[in-house]
Amino acid sequence: MGFEKVDEILENYAYKHDALIGILQDVQRLENYLPQETLQYIGRELEVPLSRVYYIATFYKSFSLEPRGRHIVKVCLGTACHLNGAVQNLEQVERVLSIREGETTEDRMFSLETVNCVGTCALAPVTMVGEDYYGAVTPGRVEKILSAYSTGSGSAEDGKD
Amino acid sequence: MEKIKSSSQLEHYRESIVHKRDVGKKVIRLCNTGCRGRGSSKVAEALENQVREANLDDKVTIKKTGCHGFCQIGSVMVIEPGNILYQKVKPKDVPEILSETIVKGEVLDRLLYRDPKSGEKIRREADIPFYQHQSKTVSHNTGKIDPTDIEDYLAPGGYGALDKALTTMKPMGIIETVEASGLRGRGGGGFPAGRKWRSCREAPGIIKYVIANGDEGDPGAFMDRSLMEGDPHSIIEGMIIGAYAIGAHEGFVYVRDEYPIAVEHLSKAIKQAESLGLLGEDILGTGFDFTIRIITGAGAFVCGESTALMNSLEGRVGEPRAKYVHTVESGLWDRPSTLNNVETWANVPLIINRGAQWYADTGTDTSKGTKIFSLVGKVRNTGLVEVPMGINLSEIIFDIGGGIKRDKKFKAVQTGGPSGGCIPMNKIDMPVDYDSLKQLGAIMGSGGMIVMDENNCMVDTAKYFINFLMYESCGKCVPCREGLKQMHEILSNICEGHGQEGDLELLQKLASFMVDASLCALGGTAPNPVLSTISYFRDEYEAHIFDKKCRAGVCRNLFDYYIDEKLCNGCTLCRVKCPEEAISGEKKKPHVIDEEKCIRCGICFSLCKKEAVLVK
Repeated sequence: MGFEKVDEILENYAYKHDALIGILQDVQRLENYLPQETLQYIGRELEVPLSRVYYIATFYKSFSLEPRGRHIVKVCLGTACHLNGAVQNLEQVERVLSIREGETTEDRMFSLETVNCVGTCALAPVTMVGEDYYGAVTPGRVEKILSAYSTGSGSAEDGKD
Repeated sequence: MEKIKSSSQLEHYRESIVHKRDVGKKVIRLCNTGCRGRGSSKVAEALENQVREANLDDKVTIKKTGCHGFCQIGSVMVIEPGNILYQKVKPKDVPEILSETIVKGEVLDRLLYRDPKSGEKIRREADIPFYQHQSKTVSHNTGKIDPTDIEDYLAPGGYGALDKALTTMKPMGIIETVEASGLRGRGGGGFPAGRKWRSCREAPGIIKYVIANGDEGDPGAFMDRSLMEGDPHSIIEGMIIGAYAIGAHEGFVYVRDEYPIAVEHLSKAIKQAESLGLLGEDILGTGFDFTIRIITGAGAFVCGESTALMNSLEGRVGEPRAKYVHTVESGLWDRPSTLNNVETWANVPLIINRGAQWYADTGTDTSKGTKIFSLVGKVRNTGLVEVPMGINLSEIIFDIGGGIKRDKKFKAVQTGGPSGGCIPMNKIDMPVDYDSLKQLGAIMGSGGMIVMDENNCMVDTAKYFINFLMYESCGKCVPCREGLKQMHEILSNICEGHGQEGDLELLQKLASFMVDASLCALGGTAPNPVLSTISYFRDEYEAHIFDKKCRAGVCRNLFDYYIDEKLCNGCTLCRVKCPEEAISGEKKKPHVIDEEKCIRCGICFSLCKKEAVLVK
């Protein structure tokens, strides 16, 4: 890929070193991950050692160095979700998608991640697909939620008690 | 939009907003933040479409608000006048709400909240016990106003405190007021806010910064999210007042990566405030300049720690540093910086408006004002509650929270997130304030309150927090990095049935070393969940270690499921759903679990309507 869009992002941040995290966040939005050659390019353009770029890209959990799927499934493992059976939901998502946490399906449709807390603890256990929230998830609901995305019909349902 | 240049112009503008409002119109306040997890976006869409189609624009205003607090019954909708609360609203309810309640003024009985105690339907939001026992002060706007419309914030007096501070008070006077109010940091540490501001003002340096910490990392806490999403202007107003008092002209809001709606609403609020001259250059024509930028985190719990957060703001990795020199003297880019939690900032306009004495009248000797808690876990009414400092834990859990779900037995309440502790039944009459919680081995933290019942294992809970912190430790200092790893190993052994005599003493020894030698508060407070559970639930640890039993039915190697034949009605649901085909039995006859085949996945336990699946 060309780096025109990356150039645009760098210009938006005026090539400032202290904006490196923001730059990487914007770059990740382009392709859902941070390709190696893009990181090298950013290092060169900003005149920042590649080690520092990688230090940041590997320190923060929201960055991915691997390609990710179209829909990111985030199973919340916050305290309230943990107490209400989030681990069982995670295991069910793993079974349905045949991938483990941190992996992406072969068709690049889904990536599975866990998060510490999405801040909707009263609806625990919570799972997010992209930017859609699903509260009170049970293992039995997982397949239905995911199938709406794999068939491309958008978000699954109008929430649930 | 023309900028407001004086107090009188602000008042004039406020009057014009109030004047142009049609008082005869009904208002629907629908939560469109937290309730999105229950599908409120679709309800909002249906409302907007159907109001347009039925030409009801002159009859009703739809307000998409922040969190109403009672998340358990979402999507929550309140209709004014009448303060009618409809619970669990779905898109299919919208036509009837419009035709009956909006057009005819009839209340839909089926959407009203039913009080589980009296069994009666309650019509008004204010009469619901969950709200009756609260004192909504900082959160008074969330759920009431449209957070994306500055006029909604201005109409009831918003930015009045800013006007008062900038035009009638001196910076030192503001600091003295905040000091006298007794406001302490709402992020966890509880440091007096006014003292922090004074130190920062007195620190040498021309350039200073103010920062709002919106990196709400504690799992189980979401009050900061609700403020940023539901009332962003209160945070902005507080920050401008603080900046004026300290002598800062630049501010930052550091928001978690996981909170996209908060970023969206704060960004809109900043733009709107700038366009009215309430933020930016020459605020309210007083000559005071102040700008705010939003920076989003990138998923690192440790960035809630002040020095790590500042490193992150500078575009570095979020590693903390030792605080030989305080951040109020040398913080962001080595300049004096005042960092407060977003809830702390949101308290400031209230204090300026109503005075230090009014604020200090609420609370205990050492903890003033009110605090928002997120009440979650096994409690009946989950959501956000705001109560005066000093209220009993039991009042929060039983009066507001309505007790434990499915009438199970209360076991503990966990406060303060991963740095906090678990408080048992015999201590829940203690008042909730910074110092009492600390005495109990827990902390106030940012206000997460996670209620646990008899089916939660305290050893597993301790392991959960240590596992959490082990992954979130930045790894810079050895006591935290290695101490957590060793603790995790010991706890995992205990949970898997390999615990030995001496494990508890070893955990306590490790803990005291970590408290003394860790670089920042993450490592220093990390042992709290372990220490508090050992001190209050030692018998549970001992049952794991010596009897190899987890009586809560959580640690899979340490219990078996069985079916009580007297309770089982032979509905076959468990047999059908068991992934291992470990359950046998004929229809309408008691079923049996084969312990050899059972993997203790818990599916039968959670599905059984007769609660016939038991733990031994």
